[in-house]
Amino acid sequence: MAWRIIVGLKKNIKDARGEHIRREIEEHLHLDLLTVRTLDVYTVDAALSSTEVEQVAAGPFSDPVIQEYAINQPLASEFDMLIEVGFRPGVTDNTGRTAKEAIQYLTGRPFADGEAVYTSTQYLFTGLTDKSLAEKVARDFLANGLIQYWTILSGDELHPQIGVHATVPKVTSDASPEVRTLNLQISDEQLLDISRQGMLALNLEEMHKIKQHVADPLIVQERQRFGLGAELTDVELEALAQTWSEHCKHKIFSAKIEYEDEAGKVQIIDSLFKTYIVGATDQVRKDLGADDYCLSVFKDNAGVIEFDPDWSLVFKVETHNSPSALDPYGGALTGIVGVNRDGMGTGMGARLIFNTDVFCFASPFMDKPLPPRLLHPRRIFEGVVEGVEHGGNKSGIPTINGSLVFDERFAGKPLVYCGSAAIMPRLLNGKPCHEKKVQIGDHIVMTGGRIGKDGIHGATFSSEELHEGSPVTAVQIGDPITQRKMFDFLIIARDRGLYNSITDNGAGGLSSSVGEMAEDTGGFELHLDRAPLKYPGLQPWEILISEAQERMTLAVPEENLAAFIALATEMDVEATDLGIFTDSGYFHCLYQGKTVCYLGMDFVHDGVPQLVIPAKWQPRDLAEPEFSQPTDLGHELKLLLSRLNICSKESVVRRYDHEVQAGTVIKPLLGVTNDGPSDAAVFRPVLDSFAGVVVSHGICPSYSDIDTYHMMACAIDEGLRNYVAVGGDIDHVAGLDNFCWCDPVESSKTPDGRYKAAQLVRANQALYDYCVAFGVPLISGKDSMKNDYQIGDNKISIPPTVLFSVIGKIADVRQAVSMDVKRCGDLVYLLGKTADELGGSEYYAQHNELGSQVPQVDADAALLRYRTLNQAQKQGLIASCHDLSDGGLGVALAESAFAGGFGMEIDLTEVDTTTAIREDKILFSESQSRLLVTVHVENQANFEALFAAQSCSNIGQVVDGDLIINGLQGQRLLHQSLEQLKQAWQAPLREM
Amino acid sequence: MEKTVRAIVISGNGTNCEREVAYACHLAGAAVDIVHIAELLTGRVNLNDYHFLNLAGGFLDGDDLGSAKAGANRLLHAPVAGSSDSLVTQLQQFIGAGKLVMGVCNGFQLLVKMGLLPALDGDLDQTCTLTHNDSDRFEDRWCQLIIDTASPCVFTQGLNNLYLPVRHGEGKFIVADEEVLQQLEDRHLTVMKYANDQGQPTQDYPANPNGSVAAIAGICDQSGRIFGLMPHPEAYLHRTHHPRWTREELPEAGMGLMLYQNAVRFIEKQLL
Repeated sequence: MAWRIIVGLKKNIKDARGEHIRREIEEHLHLDLLTVRTLDVYTVDAALSSTEVEQVAAGPFSDPVIQEYAINQPLASEFDMLIEVGFRPGVTDNTGRTAKEAIQYLTGRPFADGEAVYTSTQYLFTGLTDKSLAEKVARDFLANGLIQYWTILSGDELHPQIGVHATVPKVTSDASPEVRTLNLQISDEQLLDISRQGMLALNLEEMHKIKQHVADPLIVQERQRFGLGAELTDVELEALAQTWSEHCKHKIFSAKIEYEDEAGKVQIIDSLFKTYIVGATDQVRKDLGADDYCLSVFKDNAGVIEFDPDWSLVFKVETHNSPSALDPYGGALTGIVGVNRDGMGTGMGARLIFNTDVFCFASPFMDKPLPPRLLHPRRIFEGVVEGVEHGGNKSGIPTINGSLVFDERFAGKPLVYCGSAAIMPRLLNGKPCHEKKVQIGDHIVMTGGRIGKDGIHGATFSSEELHEGSPVTAVQIGDPITQRKMFDFLIIARDRGLYNSITDNGAGGLSSSVGEMAEDTGGFELHLDRAPLKYPGLQPWEILISEAQERMTLAVPEENLAAFIALATEMDVEATDLGIFTDSGYFHCLYQGKTVCYLGMDFVHDGVPQLVIPAKWQPRDLAEPEFSQPTDLGHELKLLLSRLNICSKESVVRRYDHEVQAGTVIKPLLGVTNDGPSDAAVFRPVLDSFAGVVVSHGICPSYSDIDTYHMMACAIDEGLRNYVAVGGDIDHVAGLDNFCWCDPVESSKTPDGRYKAAQLVRANQALYDYCVAFGVPLISGKDSMKNDYQIGDNKISIPPTVLFSVIGKIADVRQAVSMDVKRCGDLVYLLGKTADELGGSEYYAQHNELGSQVPQVDADAALLRYRTLNQAQKQGLIASCHDLSDGGLGVALAESAFAGGFGMEIDLTEVDTTTAIREDKILFSESQSRLLVTVHVENQANFEALFAAQSCSNIGQVVDGDLIINGLQGQRLLHQSLEQLKQAWQAPLREM
Repeated sequence: MEKTVRAIVISGNGTNCEREVAYACHLAGAAVDIVHIAELLTGRVNLNDYHFLNLAGGFLDGDDLGSAKAGANRLLHAPVAGSSDSLVTQLQQFIGAGKLVMGVCNGFQLLVKMGLLPALDGDLDQTCTLTHNDSDRFEDRWCQLIIDTASPCVFTQGLNNLYLPVRHGEGKFIVADEEVLQQLEDRHLTVMKYANDQGQPTQDYPANPNGSVAAIAGICDQSGRIFGLMPHPEAYLHRTHHPRWTREELPEAGMGLMLYQNAVRFIEKQLL
């Protein structure tokens, strides 16, 4: 029998969670409820005595000062409606796991197989009497039907003695392990059916390739030695589908692209990745010569560069878009916890130092009806923010940089970018820590969590658009504590030299991790039945490809195996020996001693046929808008400051611990009242050194609607501009590109594929051109290529979006510069020329216009400016420095002023413009590579001397009071108090 | 060797701030070890070999059963290998020997939920707690704090106020009843309170970030040797930790370091 322990707050204690939910329901569903109270329910499905249950309830499960509890009877009273929400079978229940451990400590007795604790939450409402409304509250707000169930009872339906009947969401399966074989010598239509029905996302050409492979008599003969034949096993087909998925193989970036430009000139591009991304880095490293600071690029889970003589710096950014669309909280939590495994799985392992987050959403205030299966953007916003909050905070990793980007089209698919930086010693036990190599005979050891059906087909799913049949199992919930325990263990094991190689289990699970590691030796033998499972009933193929979280795979030499496993056990981390790395040449899996997968390593890794994608660039027919200059530019500025892409994100930033590890020197919020917007973060990873890591990013999807070439150039410049603004060394910097695209392959579903593919080509061309021009190597990156929503005829494609993340160093953090103006009398300078470039700008968007003149980047001038700025920073000449981006000069002036608590008086005639431009355009143009700088009067001469030959204009002075801008005729163009400006900037998302 | 102040910082199971706490101890002049809890449970390391126990911030067991609840349960019940005692026995010996304990954030929650703070009657009955902020949100925010100069707390001697960050979702301090609060105040055990710009204790958000009764941010036991606080002193060891260091003239050493220096000085005088 399962025990139900219900815990609730005593009557006189404020229920902050209940009150929060009441407010949110009012916001989300416009339902005005009287009260909401919450109770925690533990369903303990284990053999315990009633005394033990009493102890558990009174002890770890409740707090005697504020809580009361009931066992096997209701605690709820005085309510109109009760909704209880719990997890569906097999969904990760972190609190349930902790509860089980707590009981084990208390009784001193381990749980038997199959015994568990399941948690659920009871919500008690007054002012809610309508059952159908309660159903709506449960479905649209409290629960996510993909992963949770709910029970609804009105006040008079609750059994007075028993309460809510116990639900035990135990995974039950009477399926016995079975390996099916498939005859592939069938028609094309049947081949495609197999791919579709199995959620394999393999196209016809790929199915043909597999069909031919098993038709080869020599191969069949070899297979027969292991009891297989001309038919493929389901394990083999699934392994191939994983390895060949877009997610794992990046088939679009590896494709052959036939690109036709607007002049009709055709160019064949053999792999965008090799040509433009690897190509740029190769060129930059060649140009750097002996000064090359790259250590490991593209080949590992994350990129590695030099930091200082003792330490190397590791960085990776990932996306987790599709899962976040289905379950925002779990998807985002898994995203952050997942990218943290990349740092740990790079080289021999690294210690994580910070996270970054960039989210792209539709407006949380959207009031249009949504197509089926899409969650409201506000729910996505809340869930994603909370998921990353739990993932980052609980992992003890500060979140120090990020943004929120808004566009209506992100309703179709939100973008969730999570970045993770780490440091590793330059040398580990005498060898470079960023290198690793599996040795023949090493054991395949899996550590961390157990395997369930979680995330099965996650890799293939994220390679498809969101559709009606998207699988429930694609949703996973991360467990930061299990991972933290594993990392604590792995760093010790690393320093003791107990393993030869390590990688994480992400997309494709063991199939990918073991398959990739085995490229070092040329084969492996993996015993799937030895893998620890969360519950029985998994098929061998499911064990191989499950994406259950918090797992790393290691290569442990025979002589260290016992020590490795003993250390793991002592530190309460599960570690299991699953087999051996070999040089057999085969991807070899067994189940209970019987071969279930036997594929040539070459075929698995190199067999996927190259896609051919047509691309044709035709610039859109766009024009500049024709509205006249508004009379009240102060009003325009306040409207801009209130736009979602510009306004304060403080309510989100404060929810992330941005200071744990005591390294954050330039924090995300700064200024006289700790609430101004920082351009970038500076982090000191080694507590007794002043060397700092600088991290920033650029992202400007709105320019993609004009030309993705300039979108990419602007994103690179924005990232670097933010980076140098705080003092980042422009000569020791690396970039990471994360492409999020809509499907660019022409088909009946995507008739405009040629245009989208051409957009992709152009973005890559800019990536190459500008990385080479700026001398910035790309060290890692990722692409997510199917960010479309399609159900029926309703298709939403995201705007092509690239997050360009920047990481580098500052020699001494005490030279870092913040964006807030510092004192009255300081001189205000604008660095860089302003042009009539408002295409895709926030100002035009405010007037419902797109325009055509998208900002263009002059890399040579920008690089010289950034280098000179670095010199000025080192000499201590800069009082404040703020980058100009969304909203241009006007927004930058306002932000620097209210962050610093001083006004400014600015003269627009002093602004260096390329041509004669209207005042509103000078104020709101988004011309790139510009920075707003303030300088103490005593530093004027030295500062001006440094910038003598460059565009550098003294446009005004810091004053006590308001922001005053004088126009081209000397007239008072704008006069706003700091309070008015700040209020406009803070209001929109303050309550989120 | 005898003259060395030895500090220990326990790590593991979701503790996150062990490195910077250890660095604070180091800067204050102590010899410090970060010790994974497994080392204590295997019996290889004994608490009693140290003078200064640090329970650092983090999310023990994810705070899944309420902040530090599962962590407290472990310390109370997990056996130490090769002995019939649990860790709490070692801890009680440690405290009995007049040694120092500081719990920050999750460490404070742990001390309170094990009944080690405020221990008004000298037993392990829990009389206070730390629970969800009134906002129901985790928040990272710097706070003005005032110190009760009449407090027996050895860590805050000579201090009047501090400026430190809070970073928590469950920092609201609550007492079982008014009498507990009265006793805490009467005995000057409410060492540290959230203050407004005028330097007065406040219930107003955000100066009081969580709604704690009587604006309480930290308390000690009657001996003044066991101290718990929600704000993070180890987060302000150098002027560059201060959120406004780029615009204010600040001393090189951060205010948080003083708590550790007081601890080391006390041990040098009283325990070595």
